[in-house]
Amino acid sequence: MRDRSFAPSRMLIYLVVSLVAAAYLVPLVVVVLNSLRSNVEIAQTSMIGWPREWAFGNYLTAWSDFCVAQTCAGIRPYMLNSALVTIPATIFSTLLGAVAGYAVSLWRFPGDRWIYGVVTLGIFLPQQMRLLPWTIVLRDIGLINTLAGLVLIHTIQGLSFTTLFCRNYYVAVPQELIRAARIDGAGFYRIFWRIILPLSPPILIVTVIWQFTHIWNEFLYGVTFTNGQQQPVTAALIALSAAVADIPQHGVQSAAVMIAALPTLLVYLLGGRYFVRGLTAGAVK
Amino acid sequence: MTGTVTTAARPGGPATSGVVSRLPEYLLIWVPLLLSAAHLVSFSLWTIWISFTPSTLIPVSGWVGLRNYTSVLASRNWQIAFDNLLLFGSAFVLLSLMTGLILAILLDQRIRGENALRSIFLYPLAVSFVVTGTVWSWLLNPGIGIQKLVQDLGWTSFRFDWLVDRDMAIWTIVIAAIWQSSGFAMALFLAGLRSVDADLVKAAQIDGAGPVRMYRRVILPTLWPITITVIVVQLQFAISAFDLVRALTNGGPGIATQLPALVVYDLMFQRSQLGRGAAAAVLMLLILLAVLLPYAAWRYHQRRQATHA
Repeated sequence: MRDRSFAPSRMLIYLVVSLVAAAYLVPLVVVVLNSLRSNVEIAQTSMIGWPREWAFGNYLTAWSDFCVAQTCAGIRPYMLNSALVTIPATIFSTLLGAVAGYAVSLWRFPGDRWIYGVVTLGIFLPQQMRLLPWTIVLRDIGLINTLAGLVLIHTIQGLSFTTLFCRNYYVAVPQELIRAARIDGAGFYRIFWRIILPLSPPILIVTVIWQFTHIWNEFLYGVTFTNGQQQPVTAALIALSAAVADIPQHGVQSAAVMIAALPTLLVYLLGGRYFVRGLTAGAVK
Repeated sequence: MTGTVTTAARPGGPATSGVVSRLPEYLLIWVPLLLSAAHLVSFSLWTIWISFTPSTLIPVSGWVGLRNYTSVLASRNWQIAFDNLLLFGSAFVLLSLMTGLILAILLDQRIRGENALRSIFLYPLAVSFVVTGTVWSWLLNPGIGIQKLVQDLGWTSFRFDWLVDRDMAIWTIVIAAIWQSSGFAMALFLAGLRSVDADLVKAAQIDGAGPVRMYRRVILPTLWPITITVIVVQLQFAISAFDLVRALTNGGPGIATQLPALVVYDLMFQRSQLGRGAAAAVLMLLILLAVLLPYAAWRYHQRRQATHA
């Protein structure tokens, strides 16, 4: 059943797989083509079609011109917001998760099992259970409607995933290695720095990609805790759809969607292998 | 080299080092972990507490018993959302499971271009639900999407207007959700297929099993633990689905595609019914627990069997 011959049954397999692949690509192709068609052309025909005239100007309009809620600066400020939330929150949650994962897997301290167990429950707890408390806490510490507030939320909540990823990776490190280093007088950080970190690039890449993708794509917290000019790009896309509901500008909107999706698509293209590893690690453990 | 500064203070190792010299490491481990654990526990309890208070615009103390719960459960909004969740959850999970399994089996036939194909089936997972929902709302919009295209091509009586059809709109969410996450099922199944014992397959081949029989009797039975994991993860997504629906139908037409997460958001931030919103959030949690607790028990059972064997 696993030969490389081109029997009719194998042709059928190729046919089915190619058709499904084409179907999966349709939304991407449609958006790319529409981002290069004028609004008028789309309105006259449909969303699905080859550009009669290449409207590269859509990207310029989407990037810096169109208006959302009385502000006409395009998608640029919201992309910047998303970057300013995603990059620090990814770095913080990954570093803290690496140290925490190292501590609970190799160093052991009183009560670590309990803490670790509770922290990993965060993977399952719905966001809705935390919306009201976060609103109140952010307001009390003055971080409501700020990017710093979102960084704080994503760092703390990201710890559930990053600690789990790193802990499951570090449990495979032999205890003897740590014991030997301790006999040589190395302490917690020295062992982390000299022994653990050099072993860590694979899991750190998985963690960074996972965190970056999830925080960039997050919507509920962004739309709940920020408004107007402070919103991340996912919330801005929804605001844009609402703003142009009467006179749709599908060309410009498609360009905006492409720009908003580009960072995570690029990360996926560059680190696909690690992306998939994160998916399976998050699911199986 | 920052590590040397903290560790130089206690050359004797952990046996002789006191709590004080280990304070920095304790802080860096404990503070983030404690914050994370504390926020999970306290925020959950906080939301549960609010669900028993008469809070509306702002949280207030007081006790109304289960009144918020009964009023949420009695509301049409929640009833529609719950029915939709049952339909959407089962349809989406079953169909994406089947799609993922079929794709995994096909990709497992040593075909050319497997890597490229796998990337194509998985790329939707890298895109946000907002983007997915927006794009599918265009494709499924009868005025500008697939229906318009087919009609322009000459088949003028062609109808594909589920997006604006109250009875069918929930299926548009099923379509978009399958597109977004059947690749996940495929990836897990493919990993499972690749780890099937080669001797088992060989033995079955010697026994003269054909490909269909091989899959039904030998290979697929080994996949059921993965199947359960996929079902649980997909159900978890279905129960808390928000972004996708917000971008695709926004609960409409009317409230035909309402889902629990949208009801929670609506109560909390649009109707300023914090008590009821919190009650709806707790109900969501209970639905989730109805899926996760059996799963956790099953995992526990599996682990115990593995250690006893």
